[in-house]
Amino acid sequence: MAELMSLRDAVAAVVSDGDSIALEGFTHLIPFAAGHELLRQGRRELELIRMTPDLLYDQLIGMGAARRLVFSYGGNPGVGSLHRFRDAIEHDWPRAIEIEEHSHAGMANRYVAGAAKLPFAVMRGYVGTDLIERTQVAPITCPFSGEQLVAVPALAPDVAIIHAQEADRHGNVQLWGIPGVQKEAVLAAKRSLVTVERIVEQLEPRPGAIVLPGWVIDAVAQAPGGSRPSYSLGITERDNDFYRFWDELSRDRDAFVAWMNEHVLMEPAHR
Amino acid sequence: MTAIADPTAAEIQTVVAARWLRDAASVFIGVGRPSTAAILARAVHNPELVLVYESGTIGAKPVRVPLSIGDGELAETADFVVSVPEMFNYWIGAGRVDVAFLGAAQVDRYANLNSTVIGDYDHPRTRLPGAGGAPEIAASCGEVVVIVPHGPRTFVERLDFCTTVGYGDGPDGPRSRQRLGFRGAGPTAVITDLGVLEPDPDTKELVLTRVHAGVTAEQVSEATGWELKVADELATTERPSEQELAVLRELVSR
Repeated sequence: MAELMSLRDAVAAVVSDGDSIALEGFTHLIPFAAGHELLRQGRRELELIRMTPDLLYDQLIGMGAARRLVFSYGGNPGVGSLHRFRDAIEHDWPRAIEIEEHSHAGMANRYVAGAAKLPFAVMRGYVGTDLIERTQVAPITCPFSGEQLVAVPALAPDVAIIHAQEADRHGNVQLWGIPGVQKEAVLAAKRSLVTVERIVEQLEPRPGAIVLPGWVIDAVAQAPGGSRPSYSLGITERDNDFYRFWDELSRDRDAFVAWMNEHVLMEPAHR
Repeated sequence: MTAIADPTAAEIQTVVAARWLRDAASVFIGVGRPSTAAILARAVHNPELVLVYESGTIGAKPVRVPLSIGDGELAETADFVVSVPEMFNYWIGAGRVDVAFLGAAQVDRYANLNSTVIGDYDHPRTRLPGAGGAPEIAASCGEVVVIVPHGPRTFVERLDFCTTVGYGDGPDGPRSRQRLGFRGAGPTAVITDLGVLEPDPDTKELVLTRVHAGVTAEQVSEATGWELKVADELATTERPSEQELAVLRELVSR
């Protein structure tokens, strides 16, 4: 049953050093506030899982918090490269990082299998590419038709963290707009934390919204603006200028570290 | 009345890509020039065109060019919005999208694409973003149109990494689309800022079929890292109309 906690207490309760951790949100609803709290608490040796690492994982990787990254698209959407991600892979800075990469379809199906507590998912994909030699995927024959397909292993992160528009006092969560893979990530993970823009007395059902009941979530924390510079549809807007600014700033190691110290590590947690 | 300035090479590329969508029912697009082209196509050629973005927004009707595939305007104007697993399993994988626009860092003569690394995989000179949705999009969408800048670093004899299969090793090889079990037709055009390449119907090797105004076949060959075949009847791109240019410039300025 979800417990309403402060962001600081919630992150401390669900995340430990060395955990495999999925902070999901496909361009929309990226849990930046929770990711920053991880850094303030000094979490290390994390296995970071995310379809699109985005600026949040660029920051975690650049600060040396990750030992491993599982992903499918490591770019700054619409802008270009993730410079800290590139520096880690190309030059082992600030440390060497192990990578496991997939296609989007592969990652999505890995979460689906994890949510269903199945060992793997079946799909058409990867064949003919060089990716197949570099990642976890195996051929499988359909037992009914004989068709050759591929299997991808389930994802079962230690922790999933997502951001949503609202929760009620029982920790039931509702999110709307682009839903990404957040529902699957929460259901695939052993523990989960949802940060929300606001706590409401009662959730008003919205067409097309996703509802996660409090009884599949461990902790809910209020973090207004907690997806910035990503956004929470209907409440905040995507800060496209910040994504462009990041492209400039993050090219330089010293400028990056100075910015992170000033804007992330020194910032008080949302209490 | 002021005369309209001549189109740039990039504008011609976008206009040609938009024309490619005249008869399409739906198009899968990423951000950047493909997105601009698809929005232009809806505005000028094909108002019923369904825009499908990877983020899950189907039937989006943006009036500005979005920076990211997940901008709020896409979700707010979409016919419906789906999760990522649904997007890839029910819509892309099941072959329900007509045309897909893809970009890449490298293209080879069989329109295979690299968007993973330049150099060695374990010690890359340049680490690129990676596959994203491309491998399954290229396998399953009705057809693929590749939109890239034309230069010898992009059009290479041999990919550093094959992220996405176009025609593999040709129609008869072990990596042909048929052997791999792909259901989409594969790349039907590579649209660049110099011209258009299309696969030979028999060999599937890319052939230069069209050059943009003022561009010669020699110029395109020099910008291509393999011995480029040129069609016997090389066409010249029809100049962008005043309407196409006006709408495109208005769109980009928003």
